[in-house]
Amino acid sequence: MRYAMAIDTKKCVGCGDCVVACQTENNVPHGYCRDWIVENVVGSYPNVEIELRSERCNHCDNSPCVRCCPTGASHIVEGGIVKVTHNMCIGCGACIQSCPYDARYSHPDGYVDKCTFCDHRLAKGQSPACVAVCPTNCLYFGDLEDPNSDVSKALKNRKWKVLAPEAGTKPQLYFLT
Amino acid sequence: MKEELFISGRNIPNVDPYLNIWHWQIPIYLYLGGLAAGIMFFAGYFTIMRKEKDMETTVKWAPFLVPGALVVGLFALFLDLKHQLYFWRLYTTIRLESPMSWGAWTLMLVTPLSFIWVASYMKELFPKWDWKFNILNKAEALAIKYRKSMAWAMMLLAVVLGVYTGILLSAFNARPLWNTSVLGILFLTSGLSTGLAASMWMSKSKYERKVLSRLDLIMIGIELFLIIHMLMGFLAASEVQIEAAHLFLGGEFTVVFWVFVIILGLVFPATLEVLELKGFHIPVWIPALLILIGGLVFRFVMVEAGQITRFLY
Amino acid sequence: MKTRRDFIKISAAGAGVAALGLSPLSWNGVKTLTASNEQSPVSDDEMTPYPTYCEVCFWKCAGWTYVDKKGEIKKIIGNKEDPHCNGRLCPRGTGGIGMYYDEDRLKTPLIRETDKEGNSYFRKASWDEALDVVAKNLKKVADEHGPECVALFNHGSGGKFFGTFLHAFGSPNIAAPSFAQCRGPRETAWIATFGEGVGSPEPTDIRDTNCLVLIGSHLGENMHNGQVQEMSQAIDNGATIITVDPRLSTAASKSKYWLPIKPSTDLALLLAWIHVAIYEDIYNKEYVEQYAYGFDELKEHVKNMTPEWAYGITTIKPDIIRKTAREMANAAPSVIIHPGRHVTWYGDDTQRIRAVAILNALFGSWGNRGGFYMKESFHLPKPKIPAYPKPKKTWRDAYPGQFNLASLALSSGICDATIPTEDRACSFKAWIVSGTNLPLTLPNKANTLKAISHLEFMVVIDTMPMEVTGYADVVLPECTYLERYDLIRTSPHREPYIALRMPAVKPKYDSKPAWWIAKTLAEKMGLGDYFPYDDITDLLDWQLKQVGSSLEEMQRIGVKKFDRESGGLYFQKGEEIEFNTPTGKIELFSNDLAAEGFDPFPVYTHHPEPPEGFYRLIYGRAPMHTFSRTANNHNLWDLKNENSVWINPKVADLWDLKKDQKVWLKNQDGIVSSYPIKVRVTERIRWDSVYMVHGFGHSDKKLSRAHGRGANDSELITKVMIDPVMGGTGMRGNFVTFLKEKPVDEEVES
Repeated sequence: MRYAMAIDTKKCVGCGDCVVACQTENNVPHGYCRDWIVENVVGSYPNVEIELRSERCNHCDNSPCVRCCPTGASHIVEGGIVKVTHNMCIGCGACIQSCPYDARYSHPDGYVDKCTFCDHRLAKGQSPACVAVCPTNCLYFGDLEDPNSDVSKALKNRKWKVLAPEAGTKPQLYFLT
Repeated sequence: MKEELFISGRNIPNVDPYLNIWHWQIPIYLYLGGLAAGIMFFAGYFTIMRKEKDMETTVKWAPFLVPGALVVGLFALFLDLKHQLYFWRLYTTIRLESPMSWGAWTLMLVTPLSFIWVASYMKELFPKWDWKFNILNKAEALAIKYRKSMAWAMMLLAVVLGVYTGILLSAFNARPLWNTSVLGILFLTSGLSTGLAASMWMSKSKYERKVLSRLDLIMIGIELFLIIHMLMGFLAASEVQIEAAHLFLGGEFTVVFWVFVIILGLVFPATLEVLELKGFHIPVWIPALLILIGGLVFRFVMVEAGQITRFLY
Repeated sequence: MKTRRDFIKISAAGAGVAALGLSPLSWNGVKTLTASNEQSPVSDDEMTPYPTYCEVCFWKCAGWTYVDKKGEIKKIIGNKEDPHCNGRLCPRGTGGIGMYYDEDRLKTPLIRETDKEGNSYFRKASWDEALDVVAKNLKKVADEHGPECVALFNHGSGGKFFGTFLHAFGSPNIAAPSFAQCRGPRETAWIATFGEGVGSPEPTDIRDTNCLVLIGSHLGENMHNGQVQEMSQAIDNGATIITVDPRLSTAASKSKYWLPIKPSTDLALLLAWIHVAIYEDIYNKEYVEQYAYGFDELKEHVKNMTPEWAYGITTIKPDIIRKTAREMANAAPSVIIHPGRHVTWYGDDTQRIRAVAILNALFGSWGNRGGFYMKESFHLPKPKIPAYPKPKKTWRDAYPGQFNLASLALSSGICDATIPTEDRACSFKAWIVSGTNLPLTLPNKANTLKAISHLEFMVVIDTMPMEVTGYADVVLPECTYLERYDLIRTSPHREPYIALRMPAVKPKYDSKPAWWIAKTLAEKMGLGDYFPYDDITDLLDWQLKQVGSSLEEMQRIGVKKFDRESGGLYFQKGEEIEFNTPTGKIELFSNDLAAEGFDPFPVYTHHPEPPEGFYRLIYGRAPMHTFSRTANNHNLWDLKNENSVWINPKVADLWDLKKDQKVWLKNQDGIVSSYPIKVRVTERIRWDSVYMVHGFGHSDKKLSRAHGRGANDSELITKVMIDPVMGGTGMRGNFVTFLKEKPVDEEVES
């Protein structure tokens, strides 16, 4: 089981629904976010293009954050989801330093927090909050090892890219271009 | 024109607009760790070379600084933690892939060792000192008996400690400025150099000071070589590292780095030490202090500049 | 100058700790040993869902409010059965809980008092006392001037109850700013052409279209949930999107063709497209033959309106104009030239939308799959109430002979008619304002404030202390949509659906639902018979039982579908159809317009261009906000807490402006923005225009998060071009320049 997410940049309108839904679902404190939208503009008027990306923790296969955690609080669970055990985290910040995607943040309660692919929802057969709410249906989620999952089908039919592949982290967030 | 921006209001404290989650606590800790490593290394080295009599300050007096430095450094580290009540989790496991775990355990070994080393010389340096408890007297005898083994252990652990302060940073490949294998040995050399400077300053013996300052010149030489090597490596590496190197070559840290770290922290004190060796009388505290301050500034600059460098956005 | 109606700017008493989630005992994260560090999310099974429909915008998506065991609202999710949202709410709907938790909410009724020195302030009052004051003052106006001199401004579900009250009171003057300030011209244009308005939500069959033309619509930034969802489906289906916009909007970035048109010249492009459609013989001949009237006259009218002619005006190359017209023709009848939503631009907007309607008619999209479907809404029986008193005058009497084609009341018209003039017999004396922030909604703020100063009485019903509340005599706090019942939603769609809104929690503070406010006020004024129920649930249950459902059923399912009764979703081939126009056909030549003395075919007119050193002010929406309504909502404020002014890099170079620099905007009439605005240097905007999102620059200090953030575009809109056909207020004819330093000696509203 290898969970992954594909984001269709052709459909994303950058509305931020994924950000709010994640906030209300996961009690993310105000001022922090587990996912965010990046807008990339290239060109010169009127030959301009924009790319909109909904980003979050990439739940990397070769995750530097799990490697560098001194207590084992950052660990990988079933499906390749990277999680943090709150009462094992000492708040040293090493994992925040090690993430090339700046996906982690220091929760006001002391521990380090980030996107969990809503594994509490996956356990109940639901999809992550952001995937479930997206009005343009541009987020595809599922098991990469299942050829019939939404994400596998999306990746099969479209061109995609990942962010900072040169960092060697093997990220599992694919951006359909 | 290329424009990249967050449009969902992301402004996470300490992460945006650029990472600044490690503040003064980490550079202080790295510096004190390096200083302690430097002092301990040479204390052990001269003990093994049986030069305790000639290098009395280095072997017996300077190590008094080490327990204090380590405790202060560890306390600074504790202050940096954001989930302090759970700090003991560090000692429930050894994670071989995490430099921070290595560091936690190394310090666990080094700190008591340094206390014991200092304790073993207490009676010699303070004749009126009394341990009061018989068991402590027995322990002291034991320590004195195994001083040579302790010296070897100290040298080894000092190298591990010094290199660890560098590897701690270089293991984070997400921060391009740190992601160089030179950093480990560079911090070790810097630590040794500051250790020598501290011992040199404390020493009253002209011979000892000469030996130490010669060694220090070698260390400074190596350090300068490594720094140039590091910058050259960055400039020949990928885009993110070229940009990282430019922080020191025209960017915001240029002045601080070259003036306080290189010139005032390394080149000028080295020149003074050469002059001293040639016969001109230079008050020893000038180069020593400059080296000590230079080392501290170097750590601060590396930690702050490193957090600014990134792969994305 | 102190007017009778000073803006009351008391600070909120005890604003409270900023809700940043920081524990007050936190010192580098130290917490008590017993405190649980596990903030695990609550599972859906442990929460109770209550059906509701969203009130953050007019789309009214049905959803479920999840309340946990402690009785706190945790999240709002869309109702899967509702075709308006398909189970997915937009960011504003998802962030609707911020409306409930907003600590800046209005908490008690407030009555304006004046102290010994003549300063005005608000005093807290009980509902009984506040409603007595309202009743007394409305009666006074009715006695002295006639009940018709009371007007209701409304934008929200609560308005229905105040509308009933006002009709019962004797006045027909009910206006929503969404007509004259927004979609009015397209309703009039559509009625003139097709015999019925576009309506709300628009019956655009985007999910099945082959070609979507957005001219003046920034779908994706304007978050019409259902339409954005269908546009995404259209993209999946490979539909062609053509966007005409001076700015690279989000929709433009997803388009096959983006036409970066020169602002104010859209009508020329539309006429050129009509020309190409006719003269290249690619229009839908069968459809036009069967349903349209006035084709030959139209052909003659556009004879000289060639793409080359349009090129000189619009800067769009002729071959692009031809290519895009052919794309539309290829897709026809599955093509939509979107009528837009906010179409009040330059004062000739009815005519411009007429061109859009004509183009749609030429391609036969109206009534065909992939074009416009024939919507249907469900009709619930109304309770038996006494007949309304017949009003002796309406707002139209203030504009004799004008705006006969306006199908709804003009909010700006009523506002202007509140200022007494010599040639007018009477003017409005009292306003009831429900759910609309008039100083930011109506253009020319100074004019709005002037009108308010002539009022004898104003009562404002709102959930938040928006600017308009500062001018009121009585402020009544309404509870949010999550805390109340409202009438059953009967918005039209492909099939008739109804949706229930029920409260998930009790009203916070001393706020009350609109139905209760209207009913209690009516009872105080002897009009209780018009609200023949004790509790709104009696009415809802009665209505639902009449149509085979019940309140209990709706509370379980939230949304219910009924069968269509009004005929097919699309026209059948060869079907005989009578349109509600003078000729019974789709009028390419508009008899309605001709009868009123207007051009029966749209004619291009040149609009003023920005003077030297000035740039056209273009404004729009952001998908995470609804006008100025949500600027203080903490969840949505996290997404966007201020607007920025988009400036082309060449212009930025000229003015030496850098990213995130703060500038003040000054318009052509010398009005300066009250607050500075951040600069965004971007290639997405033309060099002759600047763009900003509407709804920021709040001046009311009681909005702790929204106050002073960003700039308010509506205060810079002082040149208003009134559409002579239906009275719409064209607002895109204002130009701004930049001031890098805070201006002194300027009138700054604080």
